[in-house]
Amino acid sequence: MTHNLSSPISEEAIRELKVGDQVLISGVVFTGRDAVHKYLHDGGELPDGVNLDGGILYHCGPVVLKDDNGEWKVTAAGPTTSIREEPYQGDIIKKFGVRGVIGKGGMGAKTLSACGENGSVYLHAIGGAAQVLAERITKVRNVYFLEEFGSPEAIWELEVDKFPAVVTMDSHGRSLHDEVAEASQAVLERNL
Amino acid sequence: MSRLRESLIELIRRTSAEIPDDVQTAILRGLEQEKEGTIAKSAMEIIERNIGLAKSKSQPICQDTGSILFYVDCPVGLNQVEFEREAREAVKEATRLGYLRQNSVDSITGKNDGTNLGPGAPNLHFHQHETDDIAVRLILKGGGCENVGAQFSLPNTKLEANRDLDGCRKVILEAVHQAQGRGCGPGVLGVCIGGDRASGYEFSKREFLRDLDDRNPDPKLDELEQDILKTSNELGIGPMGFGGKTTLLGVKIGAANRVPASYFVSVSYMCWAFRRHGATLASDGEISGWLY
Repeated sequence: MTHNLSSPISEEAIRELKVGDQVLISGVVFTGRDAVHKYLHDGGELPDGVNLDGGILYHCGPVVLKDDNGEWKVTAAGPTTSIREEPYQGDIIKKFGVRGVIGKGGMGAKTLSACGENGSVYLHAIGGAAQVLAERITKVRNVYFLEEFGSPEAIWELEVDKFPAVVTMDSHGRSLHDEVAEASQAVLERNL
Repeated sequence: MSRLRESLIELIRRTSAEIPDDVQTAILRGLEQEKEGTIAKSAMEIIERNIGLAKSKSQPICQDTGSILFYVDCPVGLNQVEFEREAREAVKEATRLGYLRQNSVDSITGKNDGTNLGPGAPNLHFHQHETDDIAVRLILKGGGCENVGAQFSLPNTKLEANRDLDGCRKVILEAVHQAQGRGCGPGVLGVCIGGDRASGYEFSKREFLRDLDDRNPDPKLDELEQDILKTSNELGIGPMGFGGKTTLLGVKIGAANRVPASYFVSVSYMCWAFRRHGATLASDGEISGWLY
């Protein structure tokens, strides 16, 4: 089934979500990937204006251009591989109260456990679908750490409208990634 | 070569925004075979829509415009220094125009100067021949799929893989399983059996220059390609690793000689956003035809 989500998201709304549910996300999301995760893990503070409490963190390094009026415009914005943030994600979810992490490829046991504890979900967007997803980004509200981390690694504050994703790790301990890995391993063994 | 830079910018634009026909055909086949109402089907529908949108907007299919790999076949005497200089300028301009993301990071300082230029970036491979024609091919290979590549040294005790084609089969299937959906499947494998650690990966990527629907002229490798493709699609990993029937779109395997002590199998994974195009060039650098 399809759920509509918009930040700030309550714990109750998250607990309703199950693996396999499709969601449409509206409102504000913040991008953050490798450099941001390492920075926060090393004790770095979120800049003023970035509030992840009840919010959504998007593993994404978009292509962003300035248009003729000097406004930022996102021209390509699919998810990046999330597993690289596995060492940091669980702590960041709990410390900052993140309710949803959008990415691709799924994450591991530490993140799954943090999703259960905090009431959070992992939302899988379609990797490579940079144009379909960029169309759902209606506005760039702000950018942080652009100089320090470079454009793909900066924190972009984006407004989105009906951004599609699938719940692949829920707050009840289920991970579609673990299930598919296990089932495919059994088939593989029969075929060797 | 007065027209070269402009031609290379167009090659970059086309490669970044337009999926080659052979790949699109394979994706549509995958879309048809996924079951209605599944998240695998919905993933393939979004992928199909994305391909159309990128082409019509002339914008990157995927925001990770990847490592920039040029393969240049050229006559003896072509000025490679000039070619490389023009290629670097073309990359810089294509980045400014948004066909490429600012995607190149200094590995020591962590700085991204936004030009996509630096040591090893872009990457050019020249190959001379004794005829007059010039062909330039380009692969843009994203980091997500590059990260799930794998290299095995045979024998491998854990996988019970010996130094024969059955051992190769076992490690290649292991690479598919390890990758799950993380390389943005359904993907394509490029494999090299043999070579050294560097040439093995290098040759595995050259397999992506082959047409997806060609057949390997070596019957043993052809059989292995078909077997890996069929078996992988029975694993149920599916698009994005959501479960489903389409795990791989193609498998291409080549071989290189090895030294007696080494037996490497190098597996490169290309995401569904398989960005590869090529053009033949006239002597002034103008594009005279497209290769894919």
